[in-house]
Amino acid sequence: MSKAVETVSTVAIRFAGDSGDGMQLTGTQFTDTTALAGNDLATFPDFPAEIRAPAGTLAGVSGFQINFSSAAVFTPGDAPDVLIAMNPAALRANLGDLKQGGMLILNTEAFNKKNLQRAGYGANPADDGSLKNYKVFQADITGMTLKSIEELKLNNRAAVRCKNFFALGLVYWLYNRSMEHTVEWVRQKFGEGELAEANLRALKAGYNFGETTELFDHNYEVEKAPIAAGRYRNIAGNEALGLGLLAAAELSGLELFLGTYPITPASDILHFLARFRNLGVKTFQAEDEIAAVCAALGAAYAGSLAITTTSGPGVALKAEAIGLGVMLELPLVICNVQRAGPSTGMPTKTEQADLLQALYGRNGECPLPVIAARSPGDAFYAAIEACRIAVKHMIPVMLLTDGFIANSAEPWAVPDMSSLDPIEVSFRTDPTGFAPYSRDDRLARPWALPGVPGLEHRIGGLEKENISGNISYDPQNHELMCKLRAERVQRVADELPPTEVFGDDSGDLLVLGWGCTFGAIRGGVEAMRERGHKVSHVHLRHLSPLPNDLGEILRRFDRVLLPELNLGQLVKLIRERYLVDAKSYPKIQGQPFKESEIVEAIKAQLEAH
Amino acid sequence: MQRHAPYPQIEHTDPSDQTRKDFTSDQEVRWCPGCGDYSILAQVQRILPSFGIPREKYVFVSGIGCSSRFPYYMQTYGIHSIHGRAPAIATGIKSVSPELSVWVITGDGDGLSIGGNHFLHVMRRNVDIKMLMFNNQIYGLTKGQYSPTSPLGKKAKSTPMGSVDYPVDPVSIALGSGATFVARTLDVNVKHLQAVLARAAAHKGTAFVEIYQNCNIFNDGAFVQLTDKDTKSDQTVELEHGKPLRFGKKLEKGITFDAQLRPSVVDAADVDESTLYVHDEGSEISALMLSRLKSPDFPRPIGVFRAVERPSYDGMLEDQVKQAQKGSRPTVQELLDDGAWTVE
Repeated sequence: MSKAVETVSTVAIRFAGDSGDGMQLTGTQFTDTTALAGNDLATFPDFPAEIRAPAGTLAGVSGFQINFSSAAVFTPGDAPDVLIAMNPAALRANLGDLKQGGMLILNTEAFNKKNLQRAGYGANPADDGSLKNYKVFQADITGMTLKSIEELKLNNRAAVRCKNFFALGLVYWLYNRSMEHTVEWVRQKFGEGELAEANLRALKAGYNFGETTELFDHNYEVEKAPIAAGRYRNIAGNEALGLGLLAAAELSGLELFLGTYPITPASDILHFLARFRNLGVKTFQAEDEIAAVCAALGAAYAGSLAITTTSGPGVALKAEAIGLGVMLELPLVICNVQRAGPSTGMPTKTEQADLLQALYGRNGECPLPVIAARSPGDAFYAAIEACRIAVKHMIPVMLLTDGFIANSAEPWAVPDMSSLDPIEVSFRTDPTGFAPYSRDDRLARPWALPGVPGLEHRIGGLEKENISGNISYDPQNHELMCKLRAERVQRVADELPPTEVFGDDSGDLLVLGWGCTFGAIRGGVEAMRERGHKVSHVHLRHLSPLPNDLGEILRRFDRVLLPELNLGQLVKLIRERYLVDAKSYPKIQGQPFKESEIVEAIKAQLEAH
Repeated sequence: MQRHAPYPQIEHTDPSDQTRKDFTSDQEVRWCPGCGDYSILAQVQRILPSFGIPREKYVFVSGIGCSSRFPYYMQTYGIHSIHGRAPAIATGIKSVSPELSVWVITGDGDGLSIGGNHFLHVMRRNVDIKMLMFNNQIYGLTKGQYSPTSPLGKKAKSTPMGSVDYPVDPVSIALGSGATFVARTLDVNVKHLQAVLARAAAHKGTAFVEIYQNCNIFNDGAFVQLTDKDTKSDQTVELEHGKPLRFGKKLEKGITFDAQLRPSVVDAADVDESTLYVHDEGSEISALMLSRLKSPDFPRPIGVFRAVERPSYDGMLEDQVKQAQKGSRPTVQELLDDGAWTVE
């Protein structure tokens, strides 16, 4: 007889285990299946700092959280409802986040003396009463996995590694999910061999265990979310950014060149684009960050859609060359997938603390357009926008994402390429009256490719005379050029659409955000609006130049709250530029905002009123 | 590979009637009077028209330093970039436009100090660029500090008691980095300089040319032993492929290597001609040995140390693109649709 089903609206599950336990794979499979089941969702993979930390240690814990719902989802969820802990270290590292009364599934086999010690437990927490506030389910996941595949000739090590599929199967049962997608995936990935068979048997054993064990008296159902009709897929930020760059190349007709150096969490963009030599993409893994951006500049000079991808420390190294790009007035896109700093900081953790570096981190007066993606899927559009500005305005553009956007995933409405505007490109060919620093309406200089007869010219990092481009130390000219370079950035704002205000056009409080805080802010603002508060939300794509209408919008609200994953960077600009008493809500813990944190911050602002 | 719109379809100029004048820009040359750079500029402008490449296909890329002013004086395409980074910029240009003739102009400080890393890697990759290093063993533009090629004990503004770091040899580093063409010449030896430039230009792959260049302001006479008519024939030995190493006013001296590969200077009359080292541009090991010959015990070799063919980075990159494009090519829309499902 099948068990009872309880319908719930929103669930957050966290899979946690050793870095070798396959938690990311488990999470990704559950994500795909959940998306196919029609839920809205958001995910947050939390990687350990070490590639392979000693087994069973806190340093080696890898986590993957998914928040899925029959309603709209903005964040990966604040506190998980369910925690699957594959070993004591995973329990210790994650228990603090679990909801009081939440469900805790423990892999008992791993709760042995050695692992308990490694995690710093004196006694087994499952036995000493310390977990009494949770619904604890103890299951010998490893043992049952081995039993389910004992007929196969897998060695013990390989057999033990199948346990994540057992856990996945169990959770599939728990949330009434079909195993079909994962079965297909295993068949595609591992073919017909023993390994495929083992993983599938473990998966089904987990599912069947849920159904037959007396541990669980019922399971759960999360109904479909009201998602608009259309084509959807799951997308993570780094892949979306890579796809956006490919799309920009197609929309412009330009050849794509990526000069880059491996760095966490940006390397996946290189891995992705390196697969597309067939689309004419040239990826160059340089000897260092400086060579990476310099090669991209060289490629831009020679007519490519030139990109360099990196993270904060890499931007620091590239600073001088980016300044050269500003001076040469060449199109270049610098993607900074931000991570926690300063210095090496916490490479696998997220942060938004490179905004001021993006705006000001170069010598001299060296402005450039800065834009930011707000979510994984939005990185696609942000990448196209960055390329469009770079090419149209002949200018280096900084595109900011971060570790959270890069690695988390969301269901995404697949764009139709034919609905995207082409990116206009015009190369100079006419030698008559050619001057390297002559200017069009946007104050952009001509893109004159080496190889074109009659346009031979020299450019460089020395100050140059406007129009002619010849070296100039003339005091008036230098001031003119500095102002021109600033004006060139400012003119980007003239072509921006009106800023979108979510909620009412005026009210008690405007929450202003940028980048990856979008989901938490939108969720928090929506929750407060449902409770009748006059709160609105503006999320900035363009950080330099700021939209022309922003000042006027800010003044329509009594208060402005600005949450950021730094110690207050954009808030400095807003206060200085608009003389608005914007309040900073900083968080700098290597983790994204929770919706509840935003709600509390909004409440505090409204109460202070 | 043929580029399509929006790239311009280019009709190149006929290079056959190009002259030195075509390669001379309207910019006033601003090196110190008497600088060795003048001679190098003149030889490059003289010899370039003879290579049969239309002027518009040349790109000169430099970093920072006296030598790096060079591109401004050439009526070609050029970038005067930032300190040490010219090889990286040149790599980007050549990677996307293999049809261009890309030249890097650098100095001992630009190329071996701040840009040492890029120097190593451009050679290792064998990017098809020509690199001319003006080695004057001093920092000129910053007004007289010792450089990575200055001899130990060099007294300069930053080292009043003499430098306490050992110099590197550019030719040895280039060879050690796997450069496929490595040569050394002198600013004042006009004929030799032109001949080496012509060889470098014809080479497919990274061609590295070290040019000893006199800084008459901050390091005058650094190479006088190698250029003075009374001493040069004893202090230099010209490398010629397939020919024994002989030097001296009447070529009366020769160089041998013994079974332990130790070099000696011998009186050519005293030994059998066949015992003299015969230069082989194809040998990496002998090129490295020759690059270690130093005064006062040995003459300084000039000429081509090594010239071998090996596929270039840009060539192999282009081949990969061609290879990949033979197979099926997804559209971006197909990539976007990958793994998509439909919500009714």
